[in-house]
Order: sequence, then structure tokens, then C-alpha cells
Amino acid sequence: MTTDKQTLLRVEDLVKHFPIYRGVIRRKVGAVRAVDGVSFEIKQGETLGLVGESGCGKTTTGRTILRLYEPTSGHVYFKGQDLAHLKPEEMRKARKDIQIIFQDPYASLNPRMTVREIIGEPMLAFGIASGKEIDDRVAELLDLVSLDHNYASRYPHEFSGGQRQRIGVARALAMNPSFIVCDEPISALDVSIQAQIVNLLEDLQKELNLTYLFIAHDLSMVRHISDRVAVMYLGIIVEIANRKDVYVNPLHPYTQALLSSIPVADPKFYEEHQRIILEGDVPSPANPPSGCRFRTRCPIADEHCAEVQPVLREITSGHFVACLKVTPIDDQKEVIN
Amino acid sequence: MANQLLNVRGLETQFNTPEGIVHAVNGVSFTLDEGESLGVVGESGCGKSVTMLSCLKLVPIPPGKIVAGNAFFKGEDMLTMDSDEIRKVRGAQISMIFQDPMTSLNPVMSIGNQMAEPLMLHMGITKEQARKRSIELLEMVGIPQAADRLKDYPHQYSGGMRQRVMIAMALSCMPQILIADEPTTALDVTIQAQIVDLVKRLREELGMAIIWITHDLGVVASIANRVSVMYGGFIIEESPVKDLYAEPLHPYTIGLLNSLPKINREERQRLYSINGMPPMLFKKPKACPFAPRCEFVKDHCWQENPVLESYGRGGHRVACWVDVTTGRER
Repeated sequence: MTTDKQTLLRVEDLVKHFPIYRGVIRRKVGAVRAVDGVSFEIKQGETLGLVGESGCGKTTTGRTILRLYEPTSGHVYFKGQDLAHLKPEEMRKARKDIQIIFQDPYASLNPRMTVREIIGEPMLAFGIASGKEIDDRVAELLDLVSLDHNYASRYPHEFSGGQRQRIGVARALAMNPSFIVCDEPISALDVSIQAQIVNLLEDLQKELNLTYLFIAHDLSMVRHISDRVAVMYLGIIVEIANRKDVYVNPLHPYTQALLSSIPVADPKFYEEHQRIILEGDVPSPANPPSGCRFRTRCPIADEHCAEVQPVLREITSGHFVACLKVTPIDDQKEVIN
Repeated sequence: MANQLLNVRGLETQFNTPEGIVHAVNGVSFTLDEGESLGVVGESGCGKSVTMLSCLKLVPIPPGKIVAGNAFFKGEDMLTMDSDEIRKVRGAQISMIFQDPMTSLNPVMSIGNQMAEPLMLHMGITKEQARKRSIELLEMVGIPQAADRLKDYPHQYSGGMRQRVMIAMALSCMPQILIADEPTTALDVTIQAQIVDLVKRLREELGMAIIWITHDLGVVASIANRVSVMYGGFIIEESPVKDLYAEPLHPYTIGLLNSLPKINREERQRLYSINGMPPMLFKKPKACPFAPRCEFVKDHCWQENPVLESYGRGGHRVACWVDVTTGRER
């Protein structure tokens, strides 16, 4: 574990609700509770994997941390500042240090800009370099992500998906950030290219001492890249622990079902293992179930689960679970939330 | 020996694009027996979907063009059938489900009407009979309150439910072959597991043959008896499912399997990655299409394209000049 390292980012009770308006006067009639009270920490140099199914709020969490969405409430402490309450100009400055890599390398690069303009834009925007300096830095960054620096004058359409994602990585690195939100950076790529990008991210992390929040739905890739893993369901974290605890000893019934549904590239596995198949779909985040949000699909839920909303409790050291059916071995240690 | 349903020989399909002719499928041959489950694996652009669309004459012409080959369904070549004949095959005897269940359903037509259409067309039954049959089908694929949900429209169904409806429609005329083109790619893992489980159960109950097209080696392992791996418009390896995962013979298959993170691996290791990227196919490959990315490449590989030949155990075929177990040319 990385307990000796410093905490770089601490998210406290982060909430992001998207209002729903109806009628002629656009009256607010409800809210999509995309992120509904999320707390976690990321240590310097660590990778926290954030997994969950579509609509669980993982991407919204990443974007709200960067204030690409304004948080409804909560705190995001980063290097001693609360990002959630910074003034716009202060936030702009803070963004030098926190960057994001997006999922779709086709949509996240401006098709009318050359690679040099795309990667150089953050430097221009912050006024830290100009002219020749930018050219040199762009060439250096392209080398860093293993692209030929002669490509600087080309446009995004001349590149393949994997190469575009490398350009996205180079842009994120341009300001020497210490923290990068990787929002499903490999989901849109082919299998043989995914491994290339994951290796690149790992090499860069070692070389530049980067800290990652790695958001993904591919559980096997998250297992590969993460030090710790948080599992989200309907806007809340249901389990968070170091990688090994989550994958070897998952305690929340949702994590167990999620892990059980990963397709395994080994036909023998299917002869020896019985999979847990959940029934039904994820309920709407505009109207989540009472009590435990997972109870409508949970194989072990009872009436009690409909009444009480479970909070994250530390079950074993560093292993937090939000489930009424999972109790700590020693007395109740209420932590976080 | 089971009866052969499908026999595709030397299929070649091209597309005319503004940038030039794309050689999408370059001579693909395969067979499918009654009740068999064939997985077709490959990355985007390898020709896996175009191969199946070509067999059913669903490739838009132009820009597409089927240049050569035959696709025999129970002895009759589908590629020479006229549009009336092929329509009797499609939907009734061979049906297909697609990746995105939202764009495959008509958004302005109720589920009930959409389901009744092929039933009335192919089975020649009345509207009331079609309604009853639709309810049975929806119940079979696990949609609760099926009778009430017939009047709903696609947007009122979730992604997983829409894919269930697609499956129900595809099975409505009791086809002998179901072609599933990445049916779970757009779905979440827990829903994917539901759909895979459903298709496996229905195959056992109804005894139809399945062709499951995917890029996910994990999904294939759970559903196929036999697997074909495609690259650059060719089948480069074909094998019973267990042999493929236990002893892959083509360097590309080996690379794909190795680049997956291992679920039982404790220590963090660097992922194996295949260098380079898939070919663009603006020229019909004259040599092995994988040669530029291959670790085992020999001089011969740059000169001549290997054909699928049997090696190793029964039914395992590979198109490669190199014996990967020794690293030498065969």
C-alpha cells in the first residue's frame, strides 16, 4: 500500500445533480442525481481506478473534479486548495496542474487544427511559451508519446485512433500536470492498440511521477493499471479498496456480480465457474430506489435494505464497503460519509 | 456428422470510396453446420461484418461490390439469387441482429407492430395470431409484462431490453441460422452477461446455428464451439474453441491473447502489445497482411500470402509460413 505517500487529491461528499425542467415556464421538477455524495482520496503517484456501468456517474465525477461541471455541493481538495470553491480565474490557474484525457479520440481533437496547434494551445493559453519554444516543446512531447515529431504539421484525420489518443495524451502533458483524469481513454480503441496506450500511460506515470484517476468500464484493464479501485453504482461508491482486495475478495454484492460478468478469454473457465447474472437494469438516477440503491437487483437484499441507506464502512484495513449485509469483524468503525 | 447449412467459398468484397478501392474481404471460405456456434473474431476493419453482410446480400451496391465467391445455403448459392428469393431466406431462415439496438429498431413504430411485420410476411399468419406469437416471443427472451409492453415504443425500452426485442424478432420465424453482429458491444457488462446467457439458452432450446461476430475474445470463449480469427480481409486461423485459446498458432492470435490483461496475474507486468496498426486495405494484399507487425516474420512472408492449412490437432487451421513453436519456416 501507499500509506507513506502524501494525499494529492481528496474528494469529500461531492454531489452533482442535473436539474430536470418541465413545462412552459421551465419549472424545475426534479434532478438527475448523477453523483450523489462521493468521497475518496488519491495519493501522490497512485492510480485510482473508477469503475461502474454506464450512467453510474463515473465520468460526471471526473468532470466535476475538474469543474468542467459545476459541483452542486462538496469539496475537492487538491494541493491544499478546495477546487470546488475557487474563483474562475484561480480555477483557470489550477487547471495547469490537472488535465484530462477523453474517451473519444475522434471527437476530442479539433479537426481544423494541426497537431502543433492542438498540443501547443495550452502553452499559448497560459502564456508560458511562444514561437520556437512551443515548436521545441511539441517535438519533445511527440517524442514522449512515441509519435514522429515530423507529424506536427499534420491534421487529426491523418492519424489512426491509437495515434490520435497519443496526441490527446501529449496535449494533457503539455503543462507538466501532476494529476490526470483518464476518462475511458482506451474504450474506443481496438484490442491490439489498447495495450499500447495503457503501456504508454504506465511508462509516463513512472517517468513523470503522475497521479491518475482512471475511469473505465473495462474491469480487467482497470485491474491491470490501478493501485486502488472504487466501484460506483447509481451515483455513489459502493466499494473502495486496494486492487487486490477488490478483485480477489470483493465484498459488495454488486462488485461480486460485476466481476463475475467479465468475459474471460479462456473456454475452460466457463466449464469450471458459475457466473452471477444480475436481473433487470440499472434504475434511473432521477428516481433512485429508497435505502440501498442496489437492492432492486441485489440477490441478498431484504426489507431492511429498502429503509436504510448504507454508508461506506471500513471492513478490513483500507477496504470500505457500503452494504448493510457486510459488517466489520471488529466493532463498527464509521468512516467517510 | 451434422448437416452443413452454410458453405462460403472464396468470397471477395470491395468498396469504392473517394480515396480508392477498399479490399474489405479478400477470399474468405468457411462452413457452418447445423446447430453449430461459430465465433468470428477480429478488430475493426478486418472484414468480419462485411463477410456476413455479403453472404446475405446486405452490402449496399454501390459503393460495395461482391467481386468473387459463392455462399451456399443448403446447396443454393445466395449470391446468385434474385431479390425475391433472397428475401425468403433473410429473416425466415437466416436472421441477423446488430450492434446497436436503438438504430436497428424503428423509433416511430410500436414494438408490437414491428414484431408482427415479419411474422405476417414470412409465416402468413393473421394480425391477431401475430400478436399472440409476439407475446410468447417476448416472454421467451425475458421481458416482463410482455402483453402490456407491445404497445410501447423503442425509446421506452432500455438498451438491454431493446437487444432482447431484437433477438425475439430475429427468432420469430424460427431461423436455422442466427448471425449476431457484436450484439453486446453497446451494452454494460452485467447486461452483456444476461444477453450471452439468453442466446446460449435459446440455442440449446431451439437448436439453431449461431455465428457470433465480435472483437471480444472473452465473449467468444463463453459462447462458441469453433472460432475464426480474421485479419486484413482474410481468415488467418480457425480452430475448435479450446485449441485456439490453449495453443494459438498464428502470431496475430497469440498477440491478441497476450495483450489482454490476465485476470489471474498477481504482479503488475507490462502488457504485451502488437506494434503498428491494422492495414488500410487500399491494395489487395499480395503477401501476408500481418507481416509488417509480426515478430516471427521471415523473407517468405513478404513475398507470398499463406493459405489456411491444417496443422496440429483436428480442425485447427492456420495461414502462416512460420511454425510459432519453433520460430522457423514450416
